[in-house]
This record gives sequence, C-alpha cells and structure tokens, in this order.
Amino acid sequence: MAREQMTGSEIVLKALTEQGVTEIFGYPGGAVLPIYDAIFQQNRIRHILVRQEGGAVHAAEGYARSTGKVGVVLVTSGPGATNAVTGLTDALMDSIPVICLTGQVPTHLIGNDAFQEADTTGITRPCTKHNYLVKDTEDLARVVHEAFHVATSGRPGPVVIDLPKDVLMALGSYTAKSKVKVKSYAPQVKGDLGAVKRAVEAIAKAKKPLIYAGGGVINSGPAASQLLTQFVKMTGAPCTLTLMGLGAFPASDKQYMGMVGMHGTYESNMAMHDCDAMVCIGARFDDRVTGLLSKFAPNSTKIHVDIDPSSINKNVPVDIPIIGDIAHVLEDMIKIWRSTQAKVDAKALKSWWTEIDAWRSIECLKYTQDKKTIKPQYAIERLYELSKKSKKDTFITTEVGQHQMWAAQYFHFEKPNRWMTSGGLGTMGYGLPAAMGVQVAHPDALVVDIAGEASYLMNMQELSTIAQYRLPVKSFILNNFYMGMVRQWQELLHGGRYAESYMSSLPDFVKLAETFGMVGLRATKPSEVDDVINEMINTDQAVIVDVHVDQKENVFPMIPSGAAHNEMLLGPDDKTEKPVSEEGMVLV
Amino acid sequence: MNAEIQVENSHTIAVLVDNEPGVLARVIGLFSGRGYNIESLTVAETDNVNNMSRITIVTTGTPMIIEQIKAQLGRLVPVHNVTDLTTEGASVERELALVKVVGEGEKRVESLRIADIFRARVVDSTNSSFVFEIVGDTGKLDAFIRLMEPLGLTDVSRTGVAAISRGVTALDAAY
Ligand SMILES: Cc1ncc(C[n+]2csc(CCOP(=O)(O)OP(=O)(O)O)c2C)c(N)n1
Ligand SMILES: [Mg+2]
Repeated sequence: MAREQMTGSEIVLKALTEQGVTEIFGYPGGAVLPIYDAIFQQNRIRHILVRQEGGAVHAAEGYARSTGKVGVVLVTSGPGATNAVTGLTDALMDSIPVICLTGQVPTHLIGNDAFQEADTTGITRPCTKHNYLVKDTEDLARVVHEAFHVATSGRPGPVVIDLPKDVLMALGSYTAKSKVKVKSYAPQVKGDLGAVKRAVEAIAKAKKPLIYAGGGVINSGPAASQLLTQFVKMTGAPCTLTLMGLGAFPASDKQYMGMVGMHGTYESNMAMHDCDAMVCIGARFDDRVTGLLSKFAPNSTKIHVDIDPSSINKNVPVDIPIIGDIAHVLEDMIKIWRSTQAKVDAKALKSWWTEIDAWRSIECLKYTQDKKTIKPQYAIERLYELSKKSKKDTFITTEVGQHQMWAAQYFHFEKPNRWMTSGGLGTMGYGLPAAMGVQVAHPDALVVDIAGEASYLMNMQELSTIAQYRLPVKSFILNNFYMGMVRQWQELLHGGRYAESYMSSLPDFVKLAETFGMVGLRATKPSEVDDVINEMINTDQAVIVDVHVDQKENVFPMIPSGAAHNEMLLGPDDKTEKPVSEEGMVLV
Repeated sequence: MNAEIQVENSHTIAVLVDNEPGVLARVIGLFSGRGYNIESLTVAETDNVNNMSRITIVTTGTPMIIEQIKAQLGRLVPVHNVTDLTTEGASVERELALVKVVGEGEKRVESLRIADIFRARVVDSTNSSFVFEIVGDTGKLDAFIRLMEPLGLTDVSRTGVAAISRGVTALDAAY
C-alpha cells in the first residue's frame, strides 16, 4: 500500500509536532521558504520571529533550560546558519538540548559555492553533539526523530539538521516516532551498583565529606534535585554548587555553602580544598571550579557521577567513577544508604561543621553600601528580596561579566530551572534572548535579564522581538560604563592599563525602552533602587532598568588564575600580598 | 601525580562506525580539535550488509589521555564500538607498503637481496627501478624502508595499520 505523500516541509512540521514542539524560534530566508510556507498553513506550532539568528539559538536555550524541553530553531542557509554558530557552541558547552534546522541550497548545487551556500555540517561539526545533512525526503522524518533522541539522551546538546531546499519541496512519506529505531546511540543511565555501594561506604566513612553538584543535576530533571536534597540531608554533608548547578539544591538550606569556584564563596572553596571525600554529581571539574589542578582537593577520595563517560578522569583523576543518569544513581545511593544502614561519623562531622562555620564567619560576600553610589551587589540583593516578596515565580538570566558573578552570588535559588546563564562559553549577549525564550515558555512568570551594559549591546536587537510578542521581559542593567570584568583583570594583571574596556556613547537605556514602547527606568542613587525594582516587578510589560552602579567595584572573593582553593583573594587589599603567578598570567 | 601515569604509550584502537558521510571527519576532527596524536589511520567499509566501516587508529598518549580518546570516540553518534586492541588481549597488526627504489648496478642487486630477506615482492620493475610490496608490522616496514634509503629510495606509499584481535572474540556492533 502506498503511503500518504506530503512535502518535505510538511514532514518536518509533522515530526516536530509529534515530538511535542509548540514553539520555534527562527528567521526566514530563501532556502527555508518552503518550511515557512508550511508553517503559515498550520496552527499547531507557533513561530517566534527573532531579529538575528544568534538570538534564536539563545532563546531556544532559555526555553529549554527553563522547561526541560528541547528548544527548536529554524534558520536559513549560509549566513543564517553561520549566525547560529555561537549559540550552538554555547549549548554544547552547557549541555542544553537544542535542535537547529538550517536551510541549505538544493542538493545538486551543494559544493558549487552557490548563493548563500555554506558547509553547514562542516562548520557545525565541532560545535554540535551531532549533525545531519538530509539528502532524501524519505529520510526526513527518521532524522528529525533521531535528532530529538540524540539531543535529549545522555548528556544533552545541540543537533543541527541541514535541509536542502529540494528535499523540503519533494514529496515523501512520513515515519512515525515509534517506528524509528536509533541504531547506535544508547547512553547508560543506570549506574554500576558496585560502584554506588563503594561510594556510599566512602561517604559514610569520611570525616570531612563534601557534595559538589552541577548542571547535570538540572539536566536530569526536577526529580534529581529532590533526590540530591534528600541525599545531602541523609549524609549531613555540606553542599556546594557550580555556576551551572545553582538551584539544584535550595540556597536557603543550612547545609548549603554557596557557589564554588573562581568567584565562589570562601567556605565552599576552603571546604573543597580540605575535604576528605568529595562527591561530584553532574559537574565536570571545570577549570573555573578546580583552580590550580595540582593543588585541587589534595587529600580527598573523589567520587564522580556523570552520564558522560568522557567527563570522567578528564581533568581530575577520580577514585570511584559512576556513569549514569543523576536521578537514577541518586536513587540507588539513597536506597543503598538506607539498606546498608550507613552511619556517618557524627563526631567528625560536627567538628567539620565547626571548621566550615569558622570560614563562614569571614562573611566573604560582605560589602558596604554608602548613601551615594549604588553597589552592584546591593542592587542584586534588593532585586532578590523584592522579587521574593512579590511571590512571583522568578526566572533569572544573565549576560557575561561581573554582573553575572554578582547575580550568582547574591541572587538565591530554591528550585532548579530558574537560573539561565552562559557558563561554559561565557557568551556576552546571551541573557536578553535567553530571557525572551524563558518568557515565551512561562508567559506569566517574572523573567529578569541581569545584564551588563556592554553585553546588552550585543543582542539588543531582540528588544524588537520582545516588543512584537508583548513579552514582559525585564532587563536589569548594572551599568558601570565599563566592560567591568575586563577592567577587573586589567587592574589585577596589567597594571591598571584599561585598554579598550571603557565604553562611551552608550545609548540612553530609558529612551531605548521608550522607542520600543516599553517602560524605561533609571536609578543613580541607593535610595532609588527599591522604587525602580518594585515598579519593574509590578509593570506587566517589558521594562528596562538602567542602574548606575559603582564603576570601580570588583568581584570578590576570587581564586586568581593559577592559584589553589585555599589561596582566595577576599577583597581589593589582598592582591598585593598574593601576586598572580607567571603560570597564572597565561590562563584565561 | 606519579611518573607512571605520565608515560606515553602507543595504542591501536579499532572503531566500528556507520559508513555515512562525515563520519571520518568527525573522528579526525575530534583528534585535531582536542590535540590528540594520530600516527596512523585506516578506514574502509567492512560490512556492506549493515553498512559499517572499521577505522583503525594508532595513537599515543598517557593512560588518562587514551581513556579520554576512547570515551570521546564512544560518544560520537555513528560509533558502535571502540576497542583498544593494545590493552584488550593479544592482537595482530599488519601494514602494507609500496616502496619504489631507483638505481643501477650493485645497489639494484643489493635492494633485491634485502627485499628477499624481508619477503617483499617485486610488483613492478624497469631497467632502473623496482616497486616492492611489503607486508608486516610497522616496525618491519620501517626497517625495510630505512635499508632502502641508501639504495635509491624515491617513493613510499603505506596503508597504515590494520589490526584485529587474536582468538575467537570479534568487535561487537552493539545494535
Ligand atoms: C562575545 C564575547 N566577547 C568578549 C567576551 C570577553 N568579556 C568577558 S566579560 C566582558 C565585559 C562585559 O562587560 P559588561 O557586559 O558591561 O559586564 P560587566 O563586567 O561590566 O558587569 C568581556 C568583554 C565575552 N565573554 N563574550
Ligand atoms: Mg559593564
């Protein structure tokens, strides 16, 4: 029996619909016009028209990170595809499931330097988890279904599907998701029970245990965060989170020590240095976390739970590797902890906490707010308090720079999926489109992009998208008139020669808001901060808040490049005593 | 870190992949992108029913790097199986080379004599040249080529290493 024939474009949309896609972020062009025509003729999938393809990918990332679903992008061939590259790399580094459909010139022109041709699969091979070039309409449905499997299973990531125009226009038949069997890619989700058992023994035996969790917990789903919380409680151990992991464990919990790493808290880093058993859950011993590798947690037994075997023993050799999905492994850990009636060394744990409390008492995040200049830390602290008071479900995205670190330090998350930041790639311009994607997924939530003014200028064309779809996205700009993070490093490492890190001719952000029909607010004195924040929260349309903050403020505490966890700089006066080493100078 | 961990060794890795466009670029890109060595790489379709190719890679690295290479290969989507033939039991390795030697008189005779010792075959000859075909492990080929150098060696083409485990075990396609 001949199967029903439809165009390639219709097949793509049908497959997306079957995969549960309801929104896609895109930008049209010649090569994808057939898909746009098919989109026009249906109403299951809503298309959000961005203003630059880079924005589409970040929007899809925000959408994915805040929902646990796949973010879908549609761009044209050539420049459409190359504009998507930064976002794809960002999604790869932060393990965000994104599917990016790219148009391509017709198959008979591939390789001829045709108009708007780019070797998209070649260009995106190293910045995607996988990519496909579909040459036959009959393969389309299978490839789309397989792409969803690849993007979401194991360690999630971006997948590109390159679609030549003739393949989109030809007729073919549809293959249902249930009929597609992925041949080769089947990551292990259940951890080895022997290893889990040894891990439980090692944690129970420890005198100074520590749990260090990251973005993998969030990728594993909300259940993983609950299991993590349960496990931390059972063990009585202190818990620290990576930048990507914020929200995986409730920040208000007594066992939480704050973020770890370069700008993490003193107590987290000191505890990491001194612990005798470390459980790394869904994190990857990134250089921002470990500091100097040769002095990283020298006396600890290391347990590493990760779904990606290539993360194990990559930077840091571990004693007990467990490959599997975080939720599955934590469930087994909890079960085995109970069934073996594991007991912690209560006395040792008590004195461990005494040590930790002493580090806490340093109050490494303390700052002083005078009456004149707004401290960026204060602005974020007030944003946190007032948004909490508003009782709105609050999602924070950030750009990249000092403001990002202050947001990580001073905004606190109780739940996963509420914090979207570009961790691995550090992409300025991520926050505004990401916030847009979050708001599309959560129309009634309070979505705030905590931004630096320089980063904001990298993707502010998306304000037009935000206006078009009446998305009530809030931009909270900590305006220090500098590429603050660059200035901080120049101060620290280059004798205060601030080469090209100052920006003049910034737009008037209040007027900028107004040109898009949004609300623009400004605070230049500490006394104005609460008012603008309250007004921002209570305005049900998009708002840009321009907060003029102290231009000289630096992010502390800090593990300078090439230093160890116990060599943190606590404040500006620390730097002369502990100059950055030569090895440290070459690190980024 | 102790010294043993830092020692670099040569490993022969067999990778079973779907024979699809771009798969070799993925493997090579992984090595260049992450700074791993490739000493030799061979690839050809080995199963035309299931449309699969076998890639044999000879690489060097510390044990930690070799583990990384295997894990990184293992997570490529078209990869079905990664086997380290160097560590997982005994294996046989062979390479073929075509070696052109140009010369006359005593040198020409000497090259034939050496070819005989190495069991290399003459596959082409003119009055002033030979093309030898030699099969063996990499060391044997290296030795042969070195001996041919003073005798008029002008051209070498090598296939790279093909390798297979000894005994009954085979690479599992793991469908
Ligand atoms: C696309 C991109 N280009 C360059 C950088 C390097 N960089 C990191 S932070 C930063 C300055 C960011 O300035 P701003 O957005 O004003 O944030 P601030 O540090 O002042 O809070 C720069 C240039 C980057 N991370 N991303
Ligand atoms: Mg700035």
